[in-house]
Amino acid sequence: MSKPSDTVPGDLEAPDFNEGASPADLEPATDDRHTVHDLWLSGTEAPRQLGSFTHEGAQEMLHEESDQILSSQRGTIVEDDFEGAAGSGDDELQIINMGPQHPATHGVLRLHIELDGETIRRVKPIIGYLHTGMEKTAEALTFMQGSTNVTRMDYLSPLHNELCFSLAVEKLLEVEVPPRAQAIRVLMSELNRIASHLLWSATSGFDIGALSMMIYGLRERESVLEFFEKTTGLRMNHNFIRPGGVAADLPPGWQGDVMGIIETVTAGVADFETLLLGNPIFIERTEGIGILTREECLAYGVTGPLARASGIDYDVRKVFPYSGFEQYEFEVPTASNGDVYDRFVVRFEEMRQSMRILEQVVETIPAGDYRTENRKVTPPPRARIDESMEALIHHFKIFTEGFRVPAGETYQAVESSRGELGMYLVSDGGPKPWRLHVRGPSFAHVQALPMMLTDSLIADTVAALASADPVMGDVDR
Amino acid sequence: MTAAPANLAATVEAFSHVEFDRVLGDSVARVPREDVVGFLESVRAAGYEMFIDLCAVDYLVRDPRFDVVINVVALADSSRLRVIVGVPGPDSTMPTITSVYPGADFYEREAFDLLGVSFEGHPDLTRILLPDEWEGHPLRKEIAIGSVPVQFKEANKAQ
Repeated sequence: MSKPSDTVPGDLEAPDFNEGASPADLEPATDDRHTVHDLWLSGTEAPRQLGSFTHEGAQEMLHEESDQILSSQRGTIVEDDFEGAAGSGDDELQIINMGPQHPATHGVLRLHIELDGETIRRVKPIIGYLHTGMEKTAEALTFMQGSTNVTRMDYLSPLHNELCFSLAVEKLLEVEVPPRAQAIRVLMSELNRIASHLLWSATSGFDIGALSMMIYGLRERESVLEFFEKTTGLRMNHNFIRPGGVAADLPPGWQGDVMGIIETVTAGVADFETLLLGNPIFIERTEGIGILTREECLAYGVTGPLARASGIDYDVRKVFPYSGFEQYEFEVPTASNGDVYDRFVVRFEEMRQSMRILEQVVETIPAGDYRTENRKVTPPPRARIDESMEALIHHFKIFTEGFRVPAGETYQAVESSRGELGMYLVSDGGPKPWRLHVRGPSFAHVQALPMMLTDSLIADTVAALASADPVMGDVDR
Repeated sequence: MTAAPANLAATVEAFSHVEFDRVLGDSVARVPREDVVGFLESVRAAGYEMFIDLCAVDYLVRDPRFDVVINVVALADSSRLRVIVGVPGPDSTMPTITSVYPGADFYEREAFDLLGVSFEGHPDLTRILLPDEWEGHPLRKEIAIGSVPVQFKEANKAQ
């Protein structure tokens, strides 16, 4: 051995990572080991420059930007409420980095923040750390398999993803879903909204400093997840709502379970309101923080509880009803200040309205099939497969090749826990989508962060960010 | 022009060459890319003030190759409008709509990142989901799944 220092115990030759070492310097016998394998051995790699890990290339926030970029980072495009600029010398400004590994960013969101002392002057959200190319993956999966894929996008409201995808496919197929399947879909997606809001109130209460919220929120959510597990077999990523209906009928005794959940959550929400909404510390931390005005919401496509807290009574369930939502009585709660406090108020009230819908579903659910009888999308019953060769072939074809969907394009929206979840589905007439674009509500909400955060204190970032409830799986897809 | 929504009468008059259609219950307008900014301004003035979505679709063998699909909502009339802009493959550019709907900013960056449609006049047209060093636009149809190795920008520098 020419370089004993590179040898590790056990007679294993370590590859030479020294910069400048050309293949000619190495012994011929070891040559292809160095070129073929990129072997990592502890202590042998060259020291890495830490600086190169945090730069974001073209997405980085710079000290000097064009006026257009400045106005978007200051959030002044729609409404110029910027207070900074005057009085603050440029040498007092510093750009700091929050995320992608920050515990309060709810995943892998990264913010570049320009600070003037403790006051935020500019914000640039940097996303993409959770991008897994799910829209491309969707093009390689059949329509039958598609709901397995989309359910993993917004992982806190998987049933809404499935519902949106299934509705889009059914729209192109022109397949009618039986009333019982529609009611099951309504029941499951409203339960999912409650579970998601409970988790949200747990984590955002925790972020603001109400530590006990973390325990209470997750405890109430558990009751919903137990019901999901009983019904779908899984606690998340259910793949329960599928094109043509749902995967299975509700389990025996589900009415009792749902009424039990309503009781638990009603008591829980009342507790949360006592814990938080009247608490002076909580009010101090949330009132007037992270304000979005009505105009800003409209221009930036902010939907869901955020828009409703800013006085926009836009709810896809009311405005563009789907899956029989028009049969149920519920209200769309709104508030007017558009701050973090109002988002808490709106979301708590939304849970109550969801429970109203659940009660109505339990009372009015019709009997019948839980999936369509249309044999184009639904495989033949198990009993038929034993006696009929054609049924067996049919079953096999549906699960291998998939069913063909007529060529066309459609946009389908549902009200997910976070806002308008839309899917633009293009079919070329084959068994797989030609293109599936997902309009995740969190994507728009992350974009609106500069308007919420500028001119507030750095400590309020966490409160405002939590109130936006971004799910990075939904943002990056 | 019976297919156009009733609240767009003024827009229909001003843009007589724009085709309106009803597709599976949705109002759809096909707009030439030169007119898209003016058309959207007029649409916004007619009440479609809520920006919802912008995405691009690659049809590969069709002319124009790309469709840029814009979704807007009029709250007062509870109506949705889908504006489709054809963008040819060799010259895949269209004017930015961020001047009309500021919220299109991230969506245009996404369409640029994943499909390579450039938006002229966009303030900061950079990649948004993929790393800067990524070559190509993965949602284009000529890119097969799995043909691109995972790119970590530090992988080659480590040695």
